[in-house]
Amino acid sequence: MSEFILEAKGLVKRFGRVVALDSADFELKAGEILAVIGDNGAGKSTLIKSLSGAMIPDEGEVLLNGERVMFSSPMAARAAGIETVYQNLALSPALSIADNMFMGREIRKQGFMGRVFRTLDKKTMDKLARDKLSELGLMTIQNIRQPVETLSGGQRQGVAVARAAAFGSRVVILDEPTAALGVKESRKVLDLILGLRERGLPVVLISHNMPHVFEVADRIHIHRLGRRAALINPGDYSMSDAVAIMTGAMTAHAVAA
Amino acid sequence: MSKTESSTQGYEGGLSAGSADVAQFAPERRTIVKSIQHALHVNPALIPLFILSLSVAGFGIILGDRFFSPFSLTLILQQVAIVGVVAAAQTLVILTKGIDLSVGAIMVLSSVVMGQFTFRYGFPPELAILCGFAVGALCGLINGVLVAVVKLPPFIVTLGMWQIVLASNFLYSRNETIRSQDIQADAPLLQFFGQSLRFGGAVLTFGVIAMVILVAVLTYVLNNTAWGRHVYAVGDDADAAQLAGVRVKRTLISVYVLSGLICALAGWVLIGRIGSVSPTAGQFTNIESITAVVIGGISLFGGRGSILGALFGALIVGVFGLGLRLMGTDPQWTYLMIGVLIIAAVALDQWIRRVST
Repeated sequence: MSEFILEAKGLVKRFGRVVALDSADFELKAGEILAVIGDNGAGKSTLIKSLSGAMIPDEGEVLLNGERVMFSSPMAARAAGIETVYQNLALSPALSIADNMFMGREIRKQGFMGRVFRTLDKKTMDKLARDKLSELGLMTIQNIRQPVETLSGGQRQGVAVARAAAFGSRVVILDEPTAALGVKESRKVLDLILGLRERGLPVVLISHNMPHVFEVADRIHIHRLGRRAALINPGDYSMSDAVAIMTGAMTAHAVAA
Repeated sequence: MSKTESSTQGYEGGLSAGSADVAQFAPERRTIVKSIQHALHVNPALIPLFILSLSVAGFGIILGDRFFSPFSLTLILQQVAIVGVVAAAQTLVILTKGIDLSVGAIMVLSSVVMGQFTFRYGFPPELAILCGFAVGALCGLINGVLVAVVKLPPFIVTLGMWQIVLASNFLYSRNETIRSQDIQADAPLLQFFGQSLRFGGAVLTFGVIAMVILVAVLTYVLNNTAWGRHVYAVGDDADAAQLAGVRVKRTLISVYVLSGLICALAGWVLIGRIGSVSPTAGQFTNIESITAVVIGGISLFGGRGSILGALFGALIVGVFGLGLRLMGTDPQWTYLMIGVLIIAAVALDQWIRRVST
């Protein structure tokens, strides 16, 4: 058993002549919140997409629980227990909260109706969706059948996170979850992230927001020029140090584990 | 383990206290306009149903028994049966943010194949009908692959297919019509949907019954199966659906194939309606199906609406057509009314989309 729940070694990804990932490494420990920061174009998204199956790296390997895995699609990563909340949330605005939470993995009714007529078990799905949302403290959403577009930005983010938490058995990856949110809503989402850790789920948090990162992260992965420039403990460095490493103005001398 | 458990419980304990007062403010805050908007959101067929009831009542009051008789009302059903069936196919495609301009052509080609295979090659009518369905499905498959895999815009793909299919139809049929008497004598199965049940003055053709069953089945499928939910999700936001785990390409192709199959069904119903097999029949079915869909409250921008709405849309057109004809007005008034309804329906769709956020 490896120390790391999710690990990547020497990932390389090229787009034509642009090298987006230049033998990048990545390590996520069990039960931690790992923040990934980096300037625009540093290759954060490419790194995350390689881990979530949205992109196949040219070289390098990804290990889940110490075992080599090769995700050919987001579905494959998801089947392995890695759930990703994308920046655009991947929600269908006109469909209901419950529909969205079970999109692509609907539950069919038991017995004849489900087998022959493929009837969905809406009752069970509604109940599970409601349970999940209340578990995460999102009871402000009253009606589980209300369309997602009637929700606020924070509530939508909440639905997306709840979906990931409901199905992610091993890792939850969050891409810029607070970027489009106000102060209050961001707070709610940060609480959600801390809640995920409390429930024992390791979280990968991609964010530009330094205060948020320093508040919730156990460790910070700083990405620069397609590779990991440093892996730091937020306690050992200041925010401006982190930004300096991110932009190349400084190098991290000690990589704290 | 016990530590996690207790902390989780503590976490939830805090929530149950908070949730109570948040759950209260929703019903108070909801204004009448908001709740109407919400009702339309959940059930977009309400408006066309309302207009339909209003127009039936209106013409009933003005024209009395001439309009409000079982015979006239079922006549409307007979007149809209073909458009209703094709509109169901159109609805499926439009729900995925597409449009199918080839529906009318596929319908006619399928009916011609059913007729010609029987009379030119001497196929048993059952087999010829199956071949007609196969041709419809094949046309749909070509549309679907071009849209989903080659990623061409549906408008262009089906505009092209419209011409291709219609031209094939004329070339293959050599522009000849198979006469009704011949079909009646040699292959009455082709006219199956022309048969009818009579209850007093009411005449329900099998074509009308087929339309109603089709609408019922599709309503069930769209609302109660995963495939149905995926159709909506793909039309709503294809990228999001893909990321959420919907196989977008497969869903799109299946929608176009199903649309082709339904058009073939419409072709069979068409033979029943006009009696003969004519390559020049159903020239306006295309535009009529889109009209029915739009008036039925199905959004041309995808992801919103229901099959039932399309049926109501087709019926509204039928009611106005017959009602105005019985009143002895110039038929142009019908088209004028339909034009107004189309624009009003799209305006309403935009309003529903501009929801509170």
